Amino acid sequence: MSDYILEMNGITKEFTGIKALDDVNFKVERGEIHCLIGENGAGKSTLMKVLSGVYPYGTYDGDIVFEGDVQRFNEINDSVKAGIAIIYQELALFPDLTVYENIFAGNEIRKGPFVDWNETIVQSVKMLEKVKLKVDPETLIKDLGVGKQQLVEIAKTLSKEVKLLILDEPTAALNENDSENLLELLKELRSQGITCIMISHKLKEVISIADKATILRDGKTIVTLDAHKGEISESVIIKNMVGREIADIYPKRLDHEFGDTVLELNNWSAYDSQLGRHVVKKANIQLKQGEIIGIAGLMGSGRTELALSIFGNPKKYKVEGDMQVNGRDVQFKHTSDAIKAGIAYVTEDRKGNGLFLINDIKNNLTAAHLKGISQSGVLNLNEEVKVGSEYRKSLHIKTSSLELAVGKLSGGNQQKVSLGKWLFTGPKILILDEPTRGIDVGAKFEIYTIMNELIKQGMSIIMISSELNEIIGMSDRIYVMAEGAITGELSRAGTTQEAIMELATQ
Amino acid sequence: MSFFNEARFLIKTNIRDYGMYIALFVIMLTFSVMTDGLFMSSRNISNLLDSAGYIAVLAVGMTLIIVIRHIDLSVGFVAGFLGAVAAIFLTQMGLSVWLVIPIVMVFGIIIGLFNGFLVAKIGIPSFVATLAGMLIFRGALLNVTESTGTIIVNDDLFNSLGNGFIPSLVEVNGLHLLSVLVGAVGIALYIYSELSTRRNKVTYGFEVISLPIFIVKLVFVSFIIGYITWVLAGYNGFSWTVVIMLLVVVIYHFLSTKTVLGRNIYAVGSNPEAAHLSGINVTKITMIVFGSMGMLAALSGILFTARLQSATTTAGTLFELDAIAAAYVGGVSSAGGVGKVTGAIIGAIVMASLSSGMNLLGVGISYQYMIRGGVLAAAVIFEVMTRKQRG
Repeated sequence: MSDYILEMNGITKEFTGIKALDDVNFKVERGEIHCLIGENGAGKSTLMKVLSGVYPYGTYDGDIVFEGDVQRFNEINDSVKAGIAIIYQELALFPDLTVYENIFAGNEIRKGPFVDWNETIVQSVKMLEKVKLKVDPETLIKDLGVGKQQLVEIAKTLSKEVKLLILDEPTAALNENDSENLLELLKELRSQGITCIMISHKLKEVISIADKATILRDGKTIVTLDAHKGEISESVIIKNMVGREIADIYPKRLDHEFGDTVLELNNWSAYDSQLGRHVVKKANIQLKQGEIIGIAGLMGSGRTELALSIFGNPKKYKVEGDMQVNGRDVQFKHTSDAIKAGIAYVTEDRKGNGLFLINDIKNNLTAAHLKGISQSGVLNLNEEVKVGSEYRKSLHIKTSSLELAVGKLSGGNQQKVSLGKWLFTGPKILILDEPTRGIDVGAKFEIYTIMNELIKQGMSIIMISSELNEIIGMSDRIYVMAEGAITGELSRAGTTQEAIMELATQ
Repeated sequence: MSFFNEARFLIKTNIRDYGMYIALFVIMLTFSVMTDGLFMSSRNISNLLDSAGYIAVLAVGMTLIIVIRHIDLSVGFVAGFLGAVAAIFLTQMGLSVWLVIPIVMVFGIIIGLFNGFLVAKIGIPSFVATLAGMLIFRGALLNVTESTGTIIVNDDLFNSLGNGFIPSLVEVNGLHLLSVLVGAVGIALYIYSELSTRRNKVTYGFEVISLPIFIVKLVFVSFIIGYITWVLAGYNGFSWTVVIMLLVVVIYHFLSTKTVLGRNIYAVGSNPEAAHLSGINVTKITMIVFGSMGMLAALSGILFTARLQSATTTAGTLFELDAIAAAYVGGVSSAGGVGKVTGAIIGAIVMASLSSGMNLLGVGISYQYMIRGGVLAAAVIFEVMTRKQRG
């Protein structure tokens, strides 16, 4: 009989009609390292949020059994008290405080009503030894590299009585050396009896460290593999991750000839000085007129960063390499330059940086191309209504009125407004970043149909997507990215999801 | 849709826009009743509008500043300082009014652009950058008035900006003819613009409000313009301050609602990141809005100096807070992207009405502050509630 520290039985979690988790079973044995694997959107994060009490008891179906008792976590603090600690990708440290202050933040060692700083320092040195981090505890967090910050975060969780440690893609932001150190540390903690759940996209890591691996797909548990029975291998994992059939939801497209190269990148790199690393590494890309190229890759692989570095570089990366539009070398100082050159970028985060949610639909549709409805700086508001009506019709935007605030529309209709806004600029090159994220199947099909219509009109499209089906279903050619670099180029014919996933998890 | 249903629908959907007009109406009606009509007397209304002028122009600029999610605390003493500079140019250097006004306005623009530079290019929070400006210009005002103390301005042309009235031509039955004409032209222009907008919409095939409602609206607004004209014409007619205030509103209203620049300002306020990704130069827009604020601060300083016929060492004290209050009463939202220029003027008039009415009633100054604070809080509560409704 196995000794399970955690059993999650029949967990189902719905968001307004969509099942994010569907009868998930997940069991973790005491003292093992258990990897949780799945594509973006497979339900890993949701499952961990259910476990940690972010989604309180009662908002999901199923049981959480931890240490033999059924748990009812109403908030995160409840799960922390029970001994469950999660370390997210986005570290929750205070950059302007010292290492020791961070380790005991929210868990201060007290002497009467006051904080006992001396004891805090003594204890934090012990914690740092546990995670094998050799730094002065008085160092400020912001002066440490990401790898060391991660160790501080682990030290912080160890300062509380943690029985189950959950790490969400801990190595995503780390270089190879730091990653290896971290994995070594996890093994070390395992020998001290701490159970660990690790979410990871990097299969090599999984293979090197996991005792067991559970694979989620579309909110369902697919399989749990046991390393000690020799079940874990790259090909088995990939097969189980993707094994989805390509549904027949992609509109038929007639074969057609491509025109000249409209966009070319040579040795294109982008350095993010805030992160202190390259987000795009020596990318070479060509896009022909009338072509759809897909950019596949997991989240954080540099796809959006690549798009932004092309589109006038609003994040102010340090960019190197050549970009040619229609055979001419270009350098964009501002997004407006890119727009002038005929490039449009439909963002993945339409609510965050795509739309003006409090403004009405027609306002949003014209926002990137006010020239189209004005003469010497004076707007023709009637013309705006006309433009709005045209896009409402051609893109099938379902709304009671063009004067409705965009924030009140459904996701699919918001996406259409976002798309319409860029079509109105009359682009030659359209970059679509996750064009169908968070919208229903019907709206997806409409977006695909519009894309086909656009290339027929001579536009070229770069489509960034996490959905492998979509990439294979829509693209003429596919570039796969991993950690900022392009790891492969595939043609539409004969590409499999496995082949893409292999390149994406390099 | 029946007449009343349509009217109710229009009021319900536009409650946010009509709210402050209704508030102003209620305030004026209350004071009129309580003062036996003294509040609505020609003389009082004329004084009230004149006293609102220098805050109203600041409130217009402040509204746009708040729309783009910033604040400008320096405007009070910038106004005070530039008012003193104008006085010095006029008295000590003997420059002509026609030269002084544009020069001082240009100074205002330069100061505003500098604030904008600190905020947009260097990235200093506007609260801090303009707080520094507030201290600097307070010092500058004291510095230029140090040797002389209060500077008396004797230039009649200049002073008429704050105290004078447009010429009357002839008085008919105690009414000033030119002012009546101005009012009549105003009504004619209003009706013409409404008609042409409607005709334009019809040629585009758009829906318009039904004819009865349209006529009621025309008659109602024309009546209000006519009534105000009649009230003012019974005293001294339109003052230059009112004329300047109207000009500022008309120009800024046009800029903010009918131009690419205006649309970009609201886009930046609504979502700066989306604005940047839409090809809008957020830095440039921020500079322009602060520049315009500086220009209006200069105008405010000119109006205030002209009104007092002198530049004092404390001119401009707390103007910035009055302007911010007026902007909020006028419906601007601190979350950005929402707020109208016309609202700012109404806000300024509401605040001036409260002071004027309470003075007439002999309410003590301590209670006056409390009541004005209460009205400001109520206006912001109303704004927050209607925004939730908007979603």
